[in-house]
Amino acid sequence: MKLTLKIWRQKHANDKGKLVDYNVDINPEMSFLEMLDDLNEKLAERGEEPIAFDHDCREGICGTCNLYINGRPHGPIRTTTCQLHMRHFHEGESIVIEPWRARSFPVVKDLIVDRSAFDRIVQAGGYISVNTGSAPDANEIPIPKQIADEAFNSAACIACGACVAACKNASAMLFVGAQISKFALVPQGKAEKKIRAEKMVAQMDAEGFGACTNTGACSAECPVEISMTNIARLNREYIGAKLTSDNV
Amino acid sequence: MKLDAKIPEGPLAEKWTKHKFNLKLVNPANKRKYDIIVVGTGLAGASAAASLAELGYNVKAFTFHDSPRRAHSIAAQGGINAAKNYQNDGDSVYRLFYDTVKGGDYRAREGNVYRLAEVSVNIIDQCVAQGVPFAREYGGLLANRSFGGAQVSRTFYARGQTGQQLLLGAYSAMSRQVANGKIKLYTRTEMLDLVMVDGRARGIITRNLITGQIEKHSGHAVLLCTGGYGNVFYLSTNAMGCNVTAAWRAHKKGAFFGNPCFTQIHPTCIPVSGEYQSKLTLMSESLRNDGRVWVPKKAGDTRKPEDIPEAERDYFLERRYPSFGNLVPRDVASRNAKYVCDEGRGVGNTKMAVYLDFADAIKRDSEKVISAKYGNLFDMYEKITGENPYKTPMRIYPAVHYTMGGLWVDYNLMTTIPGCYALGEANFSDHGANRLGASALMQGLADGYFVIPYTIGDYLATLPAAKVDTTHAAFTEAEKAVIDSIKRLLSINGTKTVDQFHKELGKIMWDYCGMSRHAEGLKGAKAKIRALKEEFWQNVKVLGVNEELNQTLEKASRVADFIELGELMVEDALQRNESCGGHFREEFQTEDGEAKRDDANYAYVAAWEYKGYNQPEELHKEDLIFENVKLTQRSYK
Amino acid sequence: MSWITQTLTSTIGRKLVMALTGLFLVSFLFVHLSGNFLIFRADGGRAFNEYSQFMSSAGIVRVLEIIMVLGFAIHIYTSFVLTRRNQKARPQGYAFSQPSANSSWFSRNMGLSGSLVLIFLLLHLRTFWYTYKFGDIPTVTYEGTEYKDMAYLVKTVFQQEWWLSIFYVIIMVLLSFHLMHGFGSAFQTLGIRHKKYTPLIEKIGIAIAILVPAGFAAFPIYFLLTR
Repeated sequence: MKLTLKIWRQKHANDKGKLVDYNVDINPEMSFLEMLDDLNEKLAERGEEPIAFDHDCREGICGTCNLYINGRPHGPIRTTTCQLHMRHFHEGESIVIEPWRARSFPVVKDLIVDRSAFDRIVQAGGYISVNTGSAPDANEIPIPKQIADEAFNSAACIACGACVAACKNASAMLFVGAQISKFALVPQGKAEKKIRAEKMVAQMDAEGFGACTNTGACSAECPVEISMTNIARLNREYIGAKLTSDNV
Repeated sequence: MKLDAKIPEGPLAEKWTKHKFNLKLVNPANKRKYDIIVVGTGLAGASAAASLAELGYNVKAFTFHDSPRRAHSIAAQGGINAAKNYQNDGDSVYRLFYDTVKGGDYRAREGNVYRLAEVSVNIIDQCVAQGVPFAREYGGLLANRSFGGAQVSRTFYARGQTGQQLLLGAYSAMSRQVANGKIKLYTRTEMLDLVMVDGRARGIITRNLITGQIEKHSGHAVLLCTGGYGNVFYLSTNAMGCNVTAAWRAHKKGAFFGNPCFTQIHPTCIPVSGEYQSKLTLMSESLRNDGRVWVPKKAGDTRKPEDIPEAERDYFLERRYPSFGNLVPRDVASRNAKYVCDEGRGVGNTKMAVYLDFADAIKRDSEKVISAKYGNLFDMYEKITGENPYKTPMRIYPAVHYTMGGLWVDYNLMTTIPGCYALGEANFSDHGANRLGASALMQGLADGYFVIPYTIGDYLATLPAAKVDTTHAAFTEAEKAVIDSIKRLLSINGTKTVDQFHKELGKIMWDYCGMSRHAEGLKGAKAKIRALKEEFWQNVKVLGVNEELNQTLEKASRVADFIELGELMVEDALQRNESCGGHFREEFQTEDGEAKRDDANYAYVAAWEYKGYNQPEELHKEDLIFENVKLTQRSYK
Repeated sequence: MSWITQTLTSTIGRKLVMALTGLFLVSFLFVHLSGNFLIFRADGGRAFNEYSQFMSSAGIVRVLEIIMVLGFAIHIYTSFVLTRRNQKARPQGYAFSQPSANSSWFSRNMGLSGSLVLIFLLLHLRTFWYTYKFGDIPTVTYEGTEYKDMAYLVKTVFQQEWWLSIFYVIIMVLLSFHLMHGFGSAFQTLGIRHKKYTPLIEKIGIAIAILVPAGFAAFPIYFLLTR
């Protein structure tokens, strides 16, 4: 299967960068990343520098891989880049591969971006303050199955950043909404829910992400199907916290 | 050197409690004077970093990922065991201990495993308090499921993403301490050497993976929580970045390596589809509850599975193991799949696969029932292979999944280097020769949350709080060694890529030190690996420079360590003249082809001491003493 | 920064302001539209002219008018601030992007539809409000009281300046797009989202987005057709 790849090459953060064309002939059974591995092997054999891209578990759970493929995060089907296979493309197709684009996700090299902004948002309040050893028995506080399931749906976020990449405003609200929701839903998370919402949103804004305009692109592209309900809950939690908390 | 496992005296059930009392403590006001380096931020690393920071120590946490949350613990699917006995089905700490020792084929320490079972209950409490969304019953209480190797339901789970949820719990605890200023987090930073001062671990040398900067970090203790080394086989269910480098460099500085040949092969993985394959994907073992494993009776049969009549199929597990059938343990199922493929009866394009057929189950229970049970797995299979398992049998093949071996540690999780600890999959301790399902998560978190916070104090209490400055000669020396080795890799400029070497190594390991091993093959493998090592250092091609993000360079230094490790694994497999757990030596089997342990001669931990480049490593034996369980031969007939 | 300014200048706070002012402006559309329908009464425009007089003189209406102008101003100002922020959040765009694969055109182009509606609004005010207030328009007398003949103004403008009528109709289509996303979006921003009620809110949003602009468009269309 012959393809033309147009891949973003950028030597380092301050380099201008450009799209470079590569013609490849590949086995259609390959995964998308295996195709890039294959290209990299060939580049290395020719003495050209391989293309840098992030990836790790290659089973769709670690959230490391993040390519903007033919105008969409993670490509044409709803999955992570590592789970995308070449049989979803056709002979002779030209594929544009770019890094996530957002001020808060600066390019490090080629297709690799820095997503540490997500970590800093979590550090701002994405936790329940419980020291090791001080927990009560696990069954002491029952949580209705429906609530636990809903919390799980939010907690399933893999922090890949596709939501930011897809959003026309580079907004991180789906990510932040999921982080806030998973704690706000369960009884253990209630004690800190106000301060958590206030601090995480403040950090999200400080990182320079855009604001949500409810286009739904984030959720539509999310490989783990985090729903827009998380953003509604984020709004509710934040506004409620701001109106009722003691933090002046 | 005499190995001292430091297992406390006294009755099994009192060992840990007594030991905790006997351990020396560091005064709360003094804890802030100690710096602890934690390498790796998976379950073990993140839980240790968070717990130690909560106690008041200053923690420096390192990960080569862009975020601690990417560690491969995140990919664990099944669940985590705990002896809660919430199901009222007869579980107890002792039963979990017993199952784990037996499941490990009697090659683990009783004391360690009992402690693991004991703290398992605290882990669940801790995780729930952190907000981990475990599966629940309608009444709101925690749900359990059963798992291989146990007759009770003691596995807690969060759909098929238990590892993810547990890691996110530990990551959140860690993030809280980062915000508190008690943890300094270094991402995209890889440990490349251990720094020893006066015979103790006092720091590490790292490479900043973005700038290439070689950095020196000083601390009072170093915790290696760097996971397993399954990627020595090139293809495994491990993440692409999983590596042995940190552990191996510590090994070269004096930390003994325990049972390196004990690797676990998981039977239900999606088979290799071609040379380009980079990674193998695991599918839950639960599939074997309803799927029937078979191959054609005739070798070289190229008919489509639907066209092969019932009479010409060989349901080889059901045939050989009438009572357990398709539900034999992982190692047995894996080995038998290999045998039929070796006979030329494998299926698919590569002939390296067996069928896992759901046709009978669908006929019996309807497609709807099967889909409710395994829908997500079937979807995953279809996504990867493009085949619909409702219509045509799945193809499966075993793949390397977990490494029971690792750095040798004593009861306190300290390696043979004072001040250097190993936690989680990086150590060898609790699983013996075979790990039971849902036990890896339990061990990683036990080590990090509930063992190291106690045991590290015992060491630090005797250590002066004075810091070693990174200008110390030991740091400069280690730094220079790291820089030199990077320079060397970059200067070879050969003709073969790093991946080519890795693939070759993987093939040698898989063929001779994989599911089934024999002395002849292992000896040959040793020579092959030696030759590969020579070639590597003469002919590897590493492009670019150090002072940039250079993924090839990162890989090259990891593969160099894998090659050396591979040699040791083969050596270890060769000396262990018995079959046990994941280690199957063809010469040592029963008449009907089952693993034959030799408890009289091999009930020990093999701990290897590094003796220098290309020098044979020295074997030290730690005898395993079983005072509570009776050693029996496993049988699944 | 006090907590109030902190809240209102956060991304979520600004969205909240957009949502609240937006919903308020929708209510204005209803009032405006229902008043307008008086022009269709077969009384020679009397009811409409009386209504116009009332709307331009009653004290309470003046207060509401100021609130409405503020509503518009805040809605527009906040949209500018947010748009600027959102543009800055992605300084370098994609070489190739397929947004239509994951979101609707309406939702992505609120700025465009809003800006055109704003231009329209200015023109609309110039044509009717300004002329009514300061322009020279004929008057009629009902029961001894003199009224400006707004009904006549509307009729002549739409009938004589046909291009303006068509422009009005086109803008109403854009207003429809703006409402199509805006109404439901406002509820989402307010955090009102529920399995039971959200589908209903969305349906109401679509109904409003179709019926209100269609109602407004009815006037130029009617007068064009009765030319």
